[in-house]
Amino acid sequence: MAKSIDVTDLDIYYGDFKAVEDVNVTIPAKQVTAFIGPSGCGKSTFLRALNRMHEVIPGAYVDGKVLVDGQDLYAVEVDPVAVRRQVGMVFQRPNPFPTMSIYENVIAGMRLNNKKMKKSEADDVVESALRAADLWGEVNERLARPGSGLSGGQQQRLCIARAIAVQPQVLLMDEPCSALDPISTSAIEDLIHELKANYTIVIVTHNMQQAARVSDDTAFFNLVGTGKPGRLIEFGETRKIFSNPDEKATEDYISGRFG
Amino acid sequence: MTPPTQTLKQRPGADGPRGSGPLNTQDQALHTRTLPRFAPLGLLAAATAVSVGISLALGWNRAAMVVVAAILYLVAINLVSRSVENGRRATDRTVTGLVTIAFLIALLPLTTLLYTVLSNGLGALSGEFFSASMRNIIGEGGGIYHAIWGTLIVTGLATLMSVPIGVFTAIYLVEYGKGALARWITFLVDVMTGIPSIVAGLFAYALFVLFLGPGVRSGFGGAVALSVLMVPVVVRATEEMLKLVPNELREASYALGVPRWRTIVKVVLRTASAGIATGVTLAVARVIGETAPLLVIAGSTDSVNFNPFDGRMATLPVFTFYAYSEPGVPAEFSVERAWGAALVLILIVLVLNLIARLISRAYSPKTGR
Amino acid sequence: MADSSNELTRPVKRLGDRIFSGTALGAGVLILVTLAGVGLFLTIEGLPGFTADSSATQPADNFVGLAGPLVFGTVLSATLALMLAVPLAVGVALFISHYAPRRLSQGLGYLVDLLAAVPSVVYGLWGIIFLAPKLVPIYRWLENNVGWIPFFSGPTLASGRNMATVAVVLAVMILPIITAICREIFLQTPTLHEEAALALGATRWEMIRMAVFPYGRSGIVSAAMLGLGRALGETLAVTLVLSPAILYSFNFIGAQNPSTIASNIALQFPEASGLEVSVLIATGLVLFLITFVVNFAARAVVNRRSEFSGAN
Repeated sequence: MAKSIDVTDLDIYYGDFKAVEDVNVTIPAKQVTAFIGPSGCGKSTFLRALNRMHEVIPGAYVDGKVLVDGQDLYAVEVDPVAVRRQVGMVFQRPNPFPTMSIYENVIAGMRLNNKKMKKSEADDVVESALRAADLWGEVNERLARPGSGLSGGQQQRLCIARAIAVQPQVLLMDEPCSALDPISTSAIEDLIHELKANYTIVIVTHNMQQAARVSDDTAFFNLVGTGKPGRLIEFGETRKIFSNPDEKATEDYISGRFG
Repeated sequence: MTPPTQTLKQRPGADGPRGSGPLNTQDQALHTRTLPRFAPLGLLAAATAVSVGISLALGWNRAAMVVVAAILYLVAINLVSRSVENGRRATDRTVTGLVTIAFLIALLPLTTLLYTVLSNGLGALSGEFFSASMRNIIGEGGGIYHAIWGTLIVTGLATLMSVPIGVFTAIYLVEYGKGALARWITFLVDVMTGIPSIVAGLFAYALFVLFLGPGVRSGFGGAVALSVLMVPVVVRATEEMLKLVPNELREASYALGVPRWRTIVKVVLRTASAGIATGVTLAVARVIGETAPLLVIAGSTDSVNFNPFDGRMATLPVFTFYAYSEPGVPAEFSVERAWGAALVLILIVLVLNLIARLISRAYSPKTGR
Repeated sequence: MADSSNELTRPVKRLGDRIFSGTALGAGVLILVTLAGVGLFLTIEGLPGFTADSSATQPADNFVGLAGPLVFGTVLSATLALMLAVPLAVGVALFISHYAPRRLSQGLGYLVDLLAAVPSVVYGLWGIIFLAPKLVPIYRWLENNVGWIPFFSGPTLASGRNMATVAVVLAVMILPIITAICREIFLQTPTLHEEAALALGATRWEMIRMAVFPYGRSGIVSAAMLGLGRALGETLAVTLVLSPAILYSFNFIGAQNPSTIASNIALQFPEASGLEVSVLIATGLVLFLITFVVNFAARAVVNRRSEFSGAN
């Protein structure tokens, strides 16, 4: 079910401001790809462009092509809502729906779309999504409790379960561990390892070690200058990027961080 | 007693000077003479005693006694502080007294009003008072059955009309509206909160006259008039609540492939529902006591009328007004009914306010993170 | 789920979204239409009233003769109420925001808000039964001792039903709205400003004068104007308390008091017919325009303030 993503000549705008410029990249299927780079370099913006979450912000639009399995997400007749069902997303801060129980949170993707489901069917979806998110053992006794009652790390795994319950082909993660403690972070990283068997995963991170630990490929974004759009500087296997990058900027950034 | 010291920095809300801090224990320059902590209370007691004495001697009533005591206290604290401390402190202490007195004065109407209504109205309450209308009643007996139904029907209809309009307008303003139109709506909703209630009644009358001819009266007209007053309140309250829903929840929903309108209905509105319920309850409490518009368009009758589209409909506030202002020949029974109806009305309003606070208290912590 | 290449393809703008956003927009526009409708329908029904002859404008000879004293009475009562309410409201708001213990201030705020919830007809009853008799001794004293001032020339009615009592009742009724807004604004005073003043050695009152009042001045002005708008339109309390007449008078404690527009409508409307109704609606239109201008001005002040302060 996982698909690769082909991006060609992508420019991203907020109104008149060009935030990201001229990205060309192929993100391989069933791999973990990490986006790294300094703050404001456009990596999160680019991530949000991959499931058209970008255009939720008024005045934001893109120019270029993003192909998932040969289908251009930005073609005229494509429905952004349908795109997001196939390209799921996990956010920086865990955001379970506060009015819903753990159970309801997991099947929120179906319930909110009024998809009719049998009880047994819904139970199965909840269990398999929670198992896939390594959360089943911790919450199966209290599925009816509010999702906001869990710890931060559990909440984030709940959000991952919620995202994979709609069975997307791609999972985008926007700094999913930045609000979590080291133990929760480690649990999420383990989870990412398991998930890549079934999903194409793209993760934005500020944490170099995390990028090195979890990803197969790494893309380095950087600003050309202040006020200028961000650009994709280098893309390649994580091992190569971290040990022997082609670009001077990449090496500076990585070595600066590793000191 | 701790040695009197002056603290350099005093937090707002803290009353009177603090004890010695680390700064001012040794430094002589920071030592100024300060009134002891009990000084204001002592002066207040003295002022009260003097005032009571004068009042007893001259035969003044209690109100004059309190006023004199307050004035004596203000003068005394000013003079004492001026002589012991300095002019600036004296002014500060006087203002503190003034502000406290202002608050106590503000409490007077509420307490005397509740007392007056309770003492005059309690005697009117009886089984008959709640179960009988005023049909064929002259003098003693009768009740507010018809007026209670009228108030429920008119307010209920007004709520049914105002809540959808108000909530959808708030949704437009928060979720969709960006341009000049949204700014104008926001501004005019504010202005609309200031429409005098009697003008709302005249508007409903003028509107219905166009279709139904002169002299029209109906409960539905009253509901339209109340809606004009209620919609802006609902819009404001809902708008505030929708703005409190974190954007992350909207994004989480979009990211699950949920269309915008479903996100608004099932995530945003649901998260804000307790707050909206609070706002609507307060809005109902506000219009349920409105008299003027109903006087104009709903009119008054002695009988039960369940049909809001046909004819006059009695309501509690209008009943109260007429029972007092046109009591008929043995006036005391009607006036007593007026107080009874006023008491019922005020109880309804207080209960609605209480419900609103309970709703918001029970649900408010959940929306936060 | 995986066989999805054509599942992406749907109408770009969903029907549900279109209906929903359309409904929301419609509700917003309906509010604009309603506000315009209030002006429009009052004009349509009230227009004949402006030119009505003495048969419909009793006791005056023409519309201006009737509406003039009513506007006078309306503005006078509201202004007096405002003069009483604003200083008190500022004091109460200060007490709640800066003097009362933090834990109590929210509850005290509720208490003042409760004043706003009391129906106006109940205020009217309270004003006429409880308050007015209590004020009569003061009126008597004023009449006997400073009666040479035109405001207090009397003669005082034993019932106390005069302009001064109306002003007090109206002041009580607008107190909560002015207090609520002032309280909000005082609480928003930047802590940095307050601490800067305190660090200069200011007393609490000096801090309030240096930091809180300058920050909240326009807020107090607009709160007062909103209170004024409320007082201008208040009906039942005035109807019940005032002993009304159609005349110009600055005698606050006399037997003959200028009535107000709203109170006059409430008294006359139930019995009015034909052209009399038009006259009353025309006076209502005048009231609407007055309150509209006052509220418009108040909101404009508030909005300009929020732009400057960067709030919202």
